[in-house]
Amino acid sequence: MAQKGIREYDAKRMLARAIGEYSGGRFAFDDRLVLVTPETDLARLGKDHPWLRTEKLVVKPDQLFGKRGKNNLLLLDADLRAAVAWIGERMGKEVTIEGAGGKTTGVLTHFLIEPFAPHDAEYYLAFTSSRDADTIHFSPQGGVDIESVWNTVVSIEVPVLTDPAEVDVASKLPDIPEKETVAAFVQALYRIYVDYHFTYLEFNPIAFSRGRLLPLDTVAKLDDTAAFQCADKWGPIEFPRPFGRAMTKEEAYVESLDAKTGASLKLTLLNPDGRVWLLVAGGGASVIYADTVVDLGFGKELANYGEYSGDPSTELTYEYTKTLLDLMTRKPDPQGRPKYLLIGGGIANFTDVAKTFTGIIHALEEYKDKLRKNHVKIYVRRGGPNYEEGLENMRRLGERIGVPLEVYGPETHMTRIVSLALEEAQR
Amino acid sequence: MRADYELFTADTLAFIYGEQLRAAQRMLDFDYLCRRAKPSVVALVTPERGGFEKLFWGTKEIRIPRVTSLTEAATRFPEADVLVNFASQRSAYDVTVEALEIPTIRTIAVIAEGIPERQSRRMAALAKARGKWIIGPATVGGVKAGCFKIGNAAGTMENIREAKLFRPGSVGFVSVSGGLSNEAYNIVARATDGLNEGIAIGGDAFPGSTLLDHLLRFEKNPAIKLLVCLGEVGGTKEYEIAEAVKAGKITKPLVMWVSGTCAKVLPGQVQFGHAGARADSAAETADAKNAALREAGVIVPNSFDDYGLRIKETYDRLVKEGTIVPAADAAPPSIPIDYAQARAEGLVRRPTHFISTICDERGDVHNYCGVPIDRVIEERYGIGGVIGLLWFKKEIPPYAREFIDIVLQIIADHGPAVSGAHNTIVAARAGKDLISSLVSGILTIGPRFGGAVNGAAEHFLYGLRNGLSPRQFVDEMKRRNVRIQGIGHRLHSLENPDARVELMKAFARKHFRGTPLLDYALAVEQVTTQKKGNLILNVDGCIGVLLVDLLTELRFSDAEIDEMIRAGLFNAFFVLGRSIGLIGHYFDQVRLEQDLYRHPLDDILYDVPKAPEKVG
Repeated sequence: MAQKGIREYDAKRMLARAIGEYSGGRFAFDDRLVLVTPETDLARLGKDHPWLRTEKLVVKPDQLFGKRGKNNLLLLDADLRAAVAWIGERMGKEVTIEGAGGKTTGVLTHFLIEPFAPHDAEYYLAFTSSRDADTIHFSPQGGVDIESVWNTVVSIEVPVLTDPAEVDVASKLPDIPEKETVAAFVQALYRIYVDYHFTYLEFNPIAFSRGRLLPLDTVAKLDDTAAFQCADKWGPIEFPRPFGRAMTKEEAYVESLDAKTGASLKLTLLNPDGRVWLLVAGGGASVIYADTVVDLGFGKELANYGEYSGDPSTELTYEYTKTLLDLMTRKPDPQGRPKYLLIGGGIANFTDVAKTFTGIIHALEEYKDKLRKNHVKIYVRRGGPNYEEGLENMRRLGERIGVPLEVYGPETHMTRIVSLALEEAQR
Repeated sequence: MRADYELFTADTLAFIYGEQLRAAQRMLDFDYLCRRAKPSVVALVTPERGGFEKLFWGTKEIRIPRVTSLTEAATRFPEADVLVNFASQRSAYDVTVEALEIPTIRTIAVIAEGIPERQSRRMAALAKARGKWIIGPATVGGVKAGCFKIGNAAGTMENIREAKLFRPGSVGFVSVSGGLSNEAYNIVARATDGLNEGIAIGGDAFPGSTLLDHLLRFEKNPAIKLLVCLGEVGGTKEYEIAEAVKAGKITKPLVMWVSGTCAKVLPGQVQFGHAGARADSAAETADAKNAALREAGVIVPNSFDDYGLRIKETYDRLVKEGTIVPAADAAPPSIPIDYAQARAEGLVRRPTHFISTICDERGDVHNYCGVPIDRVIEERYGIGGVIGLLWFKKEIPPYAREFIDIVLQIIADHGPAVSGAHNTIVAARAGKDLISSLVSGILTIGPRFGGAVNGAAEHFLYGLRNGLSPRQFVDEMKRRNVRIQGIGHRLHSLENPDARVELMKAFARKHFRGTPLLDYALAVEQVTTQKKGNLILNVDGCIGVLLVDLLTELRFSDAEIDEMIRAGLFNAFFVLGRSIGLIGHYFDQVRLEQDLYRHPLDDILYDVPKAPEKVG
């Protein structure tokens, strides 16, 4: 939600389409861009995009990670044959990227091909947004780690209520050739940034050549909540998942359940061998339950993060619980220690607690043998409309299926069941 | 005069923007529970319609005006200074900006989720420039105990009673999350003498007012002695709180926890439920923020688990020091439970006034007699199949559907001269609309026009059921001076049969298991045609007897068939089929732009006496 990274391909495609309009026809970007996906027929590329056969090319992965040069994932000044071979070698391969936030491993699936453009100067240009202002960052030294030359960066603050057309860029820029032209260019880009609801846009570098700016490396985020205003501007847009670990089958299944409903169902598997499993209602509460497990020193034993909220139907709650129980009971703990299922939640506003427990109870009943075999202990805590009946149903379920089950209501602190379970685990 | 730091008092009056009757009722129930003198909701702003809405004030109903614009609302109720803005994601910004320009409105709660960040930032900046307050977006709102409640905040009446929100305590609480506010109010109620004010600023990256804004307000409010706050991973606003504490801008004890400490064990960037809940840098993590707050002197628990304990310890200390004199407990008035809720909980019952046994529109897909509408389409029930479901409550076989189709096609029109079409045409030419013109034609259907179908069915059934031979039947009808319905045609005869009749007969003989009434009618025809060649079973008669045969096919008993005839089943087929033709005539006249019809005078026999007969 809200700020979402987009592919460099999409960012450049949008800018190429918009820059003419926003600069009164004065500037243009090259709109010759090709996105290669696993579905692309590499043999047909030259036929579909004839310019690939005549231009020198740049090829790089387009999957929301930077520092591609440093990670040896950048092909420069290549012809089509070399480009196709380069992509062919890498498509579908797992790579480990070293970035600002550490190492990330993922599979390469998307590549951007664009014309290789010889140029004179490389600048740094970025647009960022904070609560009170947008900021335009410019440095005559681009194409390097910008943090290392931050003293060369000029920052122009644009307070929120300013008319983007009134922003004075020229007087703030350092002395560079054709300063007025660069300023006009930056101003046009800033107006696109505003109108297209970008929340982040960075060019490092943006080249300057023959009187115009040329974005080379582009990182962009859009505010996806503005989709209702920007559908035409953005064109067909995809918000890819961050580069990294592929989803497990179970996570993908929960995501497909989530997509089917207005309610929310989330599951991230952290450690399938972990002994603490969370089945928590509510976005805020689910974070706090996971926090508490971590804060009490059991982060390594935390098996999953997840939540269900927004009044999912009994059927969805049942499917969600089953997915979780299946993961939880695949194999007993090697040392024969118990596992803990925390069915938690705060005090619901209007959700009928007894009703939402129905699906959970069905699933638990179905898994009773596996739960016993895995020495599962269940702790329940919940409040809200009709909670007495819901908790009573849970209590009776515990007796019926012969699984140890403790039940608490709003008189007990929300995360108390976490410490109860972990105290028991420590004994 | 209200102080700057008070957004809400027991006299606060508010508008609700949007079609939110349940939220309005919940606000009124809260007011009543607090023993407010007047309801807090003065008007509902609903651009679609004005008028008023009936809502409960305790046990009795009161009228709450509806107005169609904010400007009108503000003009009529200048004393209201709060807007609870329920407008959708698409229009919430425009409504908020409009409200910010209205001098009498001071506080706006923006409920919608998914407002673009650029718009949220503009709203926040505009509010700041005008010295106004925005709570939200993406929030449930907040509550001022014993005074005022925003929309759906604080949940059910039961929650409100449990957390003693009907009278003010000493704690000012502010959080990001609205979903957890009930939990927090519960914690506060158990650990202290209760909440004074609770605000959820909303989970977006750029809320209109921040945690710090509200803490500073609470700091100035002498009724609030203890500050409690719940922050979240993402953003850096919590550092401003640490700064404010260090700078002495916040002097009251503050118990605070920033959630999201689990982020460090999660892979990559897991986006939690809230748009703002994501750490883009080390400084934005929950751990870093908790550490900074602790360092500034804020009371930070080790985990959420001892959040309640820290609040209780701090409260107990303040009581011991004499800073807090615990608020007295009070008994709120009772509010009757709503009928819908009572019914859901199985507490009341009531006889229904309506019953339907042919269809049900509740649920995902509505159904015709138990068959979901999508299956009706997929399995090509057709008009005949639908009539089977809705008129007969039976799933009828394909040949029966087809037969009904044939009947409707034959009945659809019979030229412009017949009563029905004539009336429709005259009405259409008088400039009447479709419905009036159609009805004008349909109203002629009855014993004389279209009635032959019904009559034929009744007459032949009478003969057959009473075991009269065709000859006896004809003789009896003659003796009773009754013309047999469905017999006789202007042109057609045995030698020159009516193609429509032949088609129906052939179809029925091929598909029906039996056609007893048709066979009987044809035997009667043998008798009548001996007298005159054109006294044949005509199209109305054929439809009538075959429909009876069809009902027998569909296993209706004689009594049920009689009941349906009495209820007008045959007229029903006629009305349905002929409406197609009548609508055609209406469109025809409109397209031809035909003028008002006036009957020619020379076509009327005027035979009026010189003077009326005098009576009395």
